[in-house]
Amino acid sequence: MASVSVCQYHSGGFSFENCKRNALLEADINKLGFSSPAARKTGTTICGVVYKDGVVLGADTRATEGMVVADKNCSKIHYISPNIYCCGAGTAADTEMTTQIISSNLELHSLSTGRLPRVTTANRMLKQMLFRYQGYIGAALVLGGVDCNGPHLYSIYPHGSTDKLPYVTMGSGSLAAMAVFEDRYRPNMEEEEAKRLVRDAIAAGIFNDLGSGSNIDLCVITKGNVDYLRPHDMANKKGVREDKVYGRPVTGSYRYKHGTTGVLTKAVTPLNLEVVEESVQTMDTS
Amino acid sequence: MFPANVSTLNTYNDLYPDWTQREVSTGTTIMAVEFEGGVVIGADSRTTTGAYIANRVTDKLTPIHERIFCCRSGSAADTQAIADAVTYQLGFHSIELDEAPLVQTAASLFREMCYRYREELMAGIIVAGWDPRRGGQVYTVPVGGMMTRQPVSVGGSGSSYIYGYVDSNYRAGMSKEECLKFTAEALALAMERDGSSGGVVRLAVISEQGVERQAILGNQLPKFSTV
Repeated sequence: MASVSVCQYHSGGFSFENCKRNALLEADINKLGFSSPAARKTGTTICGVVYKDGVVLGADTRATEGMVVADKNCSKIHYISPNIYCCGAGTAADTEMTTQIISSNLELHSLSTGRLPRVTTANRMLKQMLFRYQGYIGAALVLGGVDCNGPHLYSIYPHGSTDKLPYVTMGSGSLAAMAVFEDRYRPNMEEEEAKRLVRDAIAAGIFNDLGSGSNIDLCVITKGNVDYLRPHDMANKKGVREDKVYGRPVTGSYRYKHGTTGVLTKAVTPLNLEVVEESVQTMDTS
Repeated sequence: MFPANVSTLNTYNDLYPDWTQREVSTGTTIMAVEFEGGVVIGADSRTTTGAYIANRVTDKLTPIHERIFCCRSGSAADTQAIADAVTYQLGFHSIELDEAPLVQTAASLFREMCYRYREELMAGIIVAGWDPRRGGQVYTVPVGGMMTRQPVSVGGSGSSYIYGYVDSNYRAGMSKEECLKFTAEALALAMERDGSSGGVVRLAVISEQGVERQAILGNQLPKFSTV
């Protein structure tokens, strides 16, 4: 192996120089009293469970930008391959792009091998990419699918560590969802029971965590079939304003009858305008 | 290496509690003991992100080769990545040689990686296994990248609490059953005192015959007087 001298900065590998610069800038900005713009995060509750015939993935649908809800119905269950789906928590852009990159690579890999991709392959690709970026890609994922070896469920953390478990939760609402799982999970559940369990776990996150809200999306993956249920449960339907009050329509109607306001005086002032110049410019359509 | 979580220092936010931003670490207690004919390795099963237990049934005893295991402590991402890389390198080396690799080779590969990238990594690893040339061996590769062979080795945040117990109770020439009991009790004591260690005790015996794995669940853990 070539020896590297102490004074020589090692070349190759990802350069994190800009991350150092950003951290210093952020510290300086905060000293002046301003705050840097917050990245849109999916506050989130996501979870997954392995049941008798496959896996059920669940997610809420709220995306936040600081303390404001940026998207009330965003989709957090991403497609990886026909038999593998991935829920994403953390920075929305990171989860979206990371899953798309791995989905693309996995399709090429699948065409090359001539086989349906395996969940463990997707897991390894994701963990190696996230480790390479040392946690700067803020994507916390729940990866689930069914392949030739049966149903599999992985949780993947932003720094690149993974856990293979029968039930997992991620995101700011993960504690609430995990509480539901720890209470009611059983191995080899039926599909309806598993869906109910995941729905209740996400609901726990939605109602007890500020970063999660809106609807519940579900994705049921079995051998040869995927049910993408969006929305599975509209837990927070927007209310409808009263249509009529005392027999008179209320909603958005500000038309009043002629004569509601009495006319006291009327003055008409004609504005005489002379046409000074008139020119026509044809649009260039060549 | 600039720590990954510095940028979140100034953005304390109730919406995103501390454990959503902390790195996953295997708090851990790990241990390995040599005996005549093989090694006994053991670990707890807790992985934490800050104060939240991300996985309470972790398997920290990772197979590197048929009769070589490593016990992982430190950052979960770092140790998983290192173990995957060494597994690949050792498998390739073994095919080149067309024979079972030496435990010392595996330990050297770990040491190479842990020392070369010592500024970027946080990994404390115990490599243990059996090979036909030297029998059961335990090598420890702590944070920083040193490598040394020891008849008994403990590691992880919980190891501090059991150095006294291990030093006073270890005897050379113990049998397999004695080693298993010794390891289980040491781990149980560490798990009792260390907040970052807990769950179940995972044990494995590696010898010429192969690998036997077992898990001791919470209610079956050895009990000591509780003061």
